[in-house]
Amino acid sequence: MLDKLEKIEKEALKTLASVKDKANLEKWRLAKIGRHSPMMNMFSQMASLSKEERPAFGQGINRLKALLEKEFEDRRAHIKQAELEESLASEKLDISLPGRPVKMGRLHPSTQNLRRVLGILAEMGFQVYTARDVESDEYNFQLLNIPPHHPAREMQDTFYIDTGNNDESEKQVLRTHTSPGQVRAMREFSSQNPDNPPPIRIALPGMCYRFEQITARSEVQFNQVEGLVLGQTITFGDLKGTLSEFARRMFGSHVKTRFRSDHFPFTEPSAEMDIECYVCGGKGCSVCKKSGWLEILGCGMVHPSVLANGGYDPARYSGFAFGMGPERQLMLRHKISDIRYFWGNDIRFLEQF
Amino acid sequence: MKLPVSWLKDFVDLSGLEIVDIARILTMAGLEVEDISFAGLPLPKKDDHGFKVSGIEWDRDKLLVAEVSAVNPHPNADRLVLCDLFDGKEKHVVLTGAPNLFKYKGQGKLPKTLKVAFAKESAVVYNGHSDAIELLKIKKAVIRGVESSSMVCSEKELGISKDHEGIIIFDDDAPVGMPLADYIGDAVLDVKINPNMARNANVLGVARELAALTGRKLIKPNYNFDTSGASLYGMVKIDISQPELNPRFVLGLIRDVKIYPSPYWVQRRLRAAGMRPISNVVDATNYAMIEIGQPLHAFDYDVLEKRKGPQDKITILTRTASQGEKLVTLDNVERTLAPSNVLVCDTKGALSMAGIMGGLESEISGKTRNILLEGAAWNFINIRRTANQHNLPSEASFRFSRGVHPALAEEGLRRCLYWMSQWSGGKVAPGIVDEYPLAPKQSLVKISQKDIKRSLGIEIPLGKAKELLESLEFDCAFEGTETLLVKAPLFRMDIGEGIVGIADIMEELARLYGFENIPESLMADPLPPQRGNPSLEAENRVKDIMVALGLQEIISHRMTSPEIEQKLLPAGLRGELPEYVKLANFIAPEKRVMRRSMLSSVMNVMELNFRQKESLALFEIGSVYIPKAGALPLEPRRLAFAMSGKRTEAAWDSKPESNYDFFDIKGVIEALFAALHLNVKYVPSVHPSFHPGKCAAIDLDGSGLGVFGELHPELAEHYSGNAPVVAADLDLEAILAALPSGYPINAISEFPPILEDIALVVDEDMPADRVESLIKKSGGEKLVAARLFDVFRSEQLGKGKKSLAYALAYQSPDGTLNDKDAADIRNRIVAKAEKELGAKLRSS
Ligand SMILES: [Zn+2]
Repeated sequence: MLDKLEKIEKEALKTLASVKDKANLEKWRLAKIGRHSPMMNMFSQMASLSKEERPAFGQGINRLKALLEKEFEDRRAHIKQAELEESLASEKLDISLPGRPVKMGRLHPSTQNLRRVLGILAEMGFQVYTARDVESDEYNFQLLNIPPHHPAREMQDTFYIDTGNNDESEKQVLRTHTSPGQVRAMREFSSQNPDNPPPIRIALPGMCYRFEQITARSEVQFNQVEGLVLGQTITFGDLKGTLSEFARRMFGSHVKTRFRSDHFPFTEPSAEMDIECYVCGGKGCSVCKKSGWLEILGCGMVHPSVLANGGYDPARYSGFAFGMGPERQLMLRHKISDIRYFWGNDIRFLEQF
Repeated sequence: MKLPVSWLKDFVDLSGLEIVDIARILTMAGLEVEDISFAGLPLPKKDDHGFKVSGIEWDRDKLLVAEVSAVNPHPNADRLVLCDLFDGKEKHVVLTGAPNLFKYKGQGKLPKTLKVAFAKESAVVYNGHSDAIELLKIKKAVIRGVESSSMVCSEKELGISKDHEGIIIFDDDAPVGMPLADYIGDAVLDVKINPNMARNANVLGVARELAALTGRKLIKPNYNFDTSGASLYGMVKIDISQPELNPRFVLGLIRDVKIYPSPYWVQRRLRAAGMRPISNVVDATNYAMIEIGQPLHAFDYDVLEKRKGPQDKITILTRTASQGEKLVTLDNVERTLAPSNVLVCDTKGALSMAGIMGGLESEISGKTRNILLEGAAWNFINIRRTANQHNLPSEASFRFSRGVHPALAEEGLRRCLYWMSQWSGGKVAPGIVDEYPLAPKQSLVKISQKDIKRSLGIEIPLGKAKELLESLEFDCAFEGTETLLVKAPLFRMDIGEGIVGIADIMEELARLYGFENIPESLMADPLPPQRGNPSLEAENRVKDIMVALGLQEIISHRMTSPEIEQKLLPAGLRGELPEYVKLANFIAPEKRVMRRSMLSSVMNVMELNFRQKESLALFEIGSVYIPKAGALPLEPRRLAFAMSGKRTEAAWDSKPESNYDFFDIKGVIEALFAALHLNVKYVPSVHPSFHPGKCAAIDLDGSGLGVFGELHPELAEHYSGNAPVVAADLDLEAILAALPSGYPINAISEFPPILEDIALVVDEDMPADRVESLIKKSGGEKLVAARLFDVFRSEQLGKGKKSLAYALAYQSPDGTLNDKDAADIRNRIVAKAEKELGAKLRSS
């Protein structure tokens, strides 16, 4: 009988070795360890054995059953692994095929940069104050120390509104800069406490307008972000320190700044802040027009007349203001040579941001 | 303003400074040098100087002053001559076609040699015959049988000016053999003059700045000259009718002038400064103007003599023009004057337009012998208006319209007489007649060290401040030890008094001390109370949602035309235009009003991009402008968006799906309002811009937030696209005003939901949202979701019927629901639907 077991074992293991797939494995299982397999039949023959033969046979057949079941499991695992490997090998994609297009919305580049500028200013304590586009001549010019016929008006070609009223004092304009917002903010804050107006630290973003032909280099509208700081101890040194800090956050922690004298009617002293060209590091390139410097913003100490117009006593308060162009920054950063792209809204331009 | 450096050197020693150093010093101090044009002086050694530079440096060995002793005919060419030339070392025969040598041809040895600019072989000069700017190296050549290896140069060839009429003939005292670079080598700075720098629109002003900024001494110009003959006192009378328009008028007389061309060096400087030399006396007026900043006007004295009556004195009157008064100006144009224009007249009538342009009759001519010279001060606003009105920009009106201090009238006149006497052989009459009815107040400012610290943040001792200010000719005196009394110099009109004056002085101090020497500091002032800007934050939130929904933001021009906006109306409905904010001046008719329609802006951009992409989804947020009588216009913000074309883009394994339609834009709108936590309703609407059957208004508690739908097919054609356009025009201000301050978040149940579908058969015209809201209401709080997933029509259902199938989810936060709970909810819904909507449960 034990010989028989041995024979069954040999034969079962031999056939198992040639099984290569799940279907044949199942066939093998039914034939070799299934209920009607020769091995299982042997169990029923146990009764016909003598008492002495039984323990050895019982041991033998149990060992055989355990062996074949284990071998079966091993084989099954092996086949499964092999089949997985085969299927993985056959499912190899050409990963260089393009992905399916996803619809993506984007902010306009000006909005993106405006947010960046305002975000940095917010970190520095500047809150956003928005003002109107159509302004009175008074707010756009006169309260900013630009009386009628002042030569500075020539620096800013102005769109006037046809109000049907030619009265000088009723004149309306499209704001030529965000600066009228300075006076609006000052008046709003100082009216809350005229004797002791609160300090101010605001950013004034907005669209401004200049009467110019539309060319690659000039536009009728452009965004400006202006900053205004007022307090009782603000100095030109603070202006330099604050704006250099802004430049480092905006253009890189190592960027160098340079302040040179300039003129704005509503600030005195006035300055232009240049940053060392971040393209060439100051050596001179096409972006900085070989100068090594990029003109980034105009700034200055708020003119005493403007402080007074805003309800802040110039003998007690001082402050500084600055203004910059988000589109100009984008043009420098991305080497955009045509300013018309911004309001042209060609999708081929917008999608690159 | 173009400034030859050689001229600056008349007034300040600039030795040791490279040209780019000078440019940098000026630029940092507020006199921005926009470009530098070299004509002879050494070019910057390194490239990183920071300026726009043009021109050439002259080779000191190859470009020399030389003399021509004879001009001989060319054997084979009538239009060429051969010059016997000596360059200080060697003799040369130089071939040239310069027309200004022809008159010397064949005269043999000239009685007086001609001093010329000589270029030896291999010198580099400009090509005088080329319109383009082109350099060439002089090479040996045979021209009509004569060998030529050098040349005599025109100004154009040396890069001095555009002049190529003839070669340069220097003044007689030109030193033969001297390198040209040493004799007339120059560089011209183009300086931007800001309004606050009007006082520096002249050579002396810039030289004064340079002297102060470099700690050098200013060399004052010479205002003195010999006089002879009868005094001018008593010969002329000045009568100023409006001193506020003409605060000062000064006259001088020079007799027996001989009209010639100016010396070469004068002509060269004038051309370098951008002026055309005319004659010695006219050039003297221009030269003195550019030098000192005072425009001057020369009258032919004998013409004025003739005009007056035999017994009268010459009387100069200044007054405004009478209505319709005419004057023929020196450009031979008869001009009709406005009553605001100021005239210089004599008793017979107008002589010149004050400060702008002279009259033809009394103008200097080749026959002029005696000159009455005017130095006057005019009101800058009036001059600006007049120059603009007659479109007569000039060097004189440029200066007068920015303000010239009346003190300069006499200085300018004296300097001009000085040059006239030098260049014309004329004799200046003793006596300068000066009418000065309105002298400006000389500003006096008191500053303390505290003022300096308060404004600039640094300690500049008052003694140092005094020194700095005096370098710009401020008159400073201590009052005690703590206060400096600062008196503005006579030529300055930009220094105020009181607190404004202090700011003006601080600017001067900062410039002189150097902006770069003021240390950076951080604000010590307290941070103001931090308030948010909820309105802008909400706008940003809406933008972010629109972007998240896959739309591209655009920003368009806010100027448009009514015609462009009318494209959003069918032809039959265009008629009366709404009121617009109109521009009084505009760059083009299609940009003459401020927009009223945000959707029009978006549609214009859609149209522009139809050809670029098969699928577009764009939005814009911005103001529209609504006029308000007697006040500034309203500027409410709007949100408009539009979608058109394929819903998906083509990929390599899939074709694009169908086009965007009404329900795509409704999906965007639903998502937008869901994200904003606004519970809006949609009501069928009629709007002229939209398809009458595919248009909805958005309603929030009875007030409208906007309208959307498919663009009316008739006007979609106005935008030359192929696919239908769906669009929305929303009132952002109303949306933002309605935003809830907060919203609760529902707990998530731990227990599984029961899911089931029901289909209700209703009449065809039953709006789906009524069915849905009834289901939600009758389902109670255990009904957590009801999603319409099918709309079905069939013969079996019958005509005029439709089946709406909903996927329902029942769920409780307190426990697992059983079949009976579900049946209860379902029965409630069905019963209500049957009763209130006449619906029937569709048996499955
Ligand atoms: Zn660069």
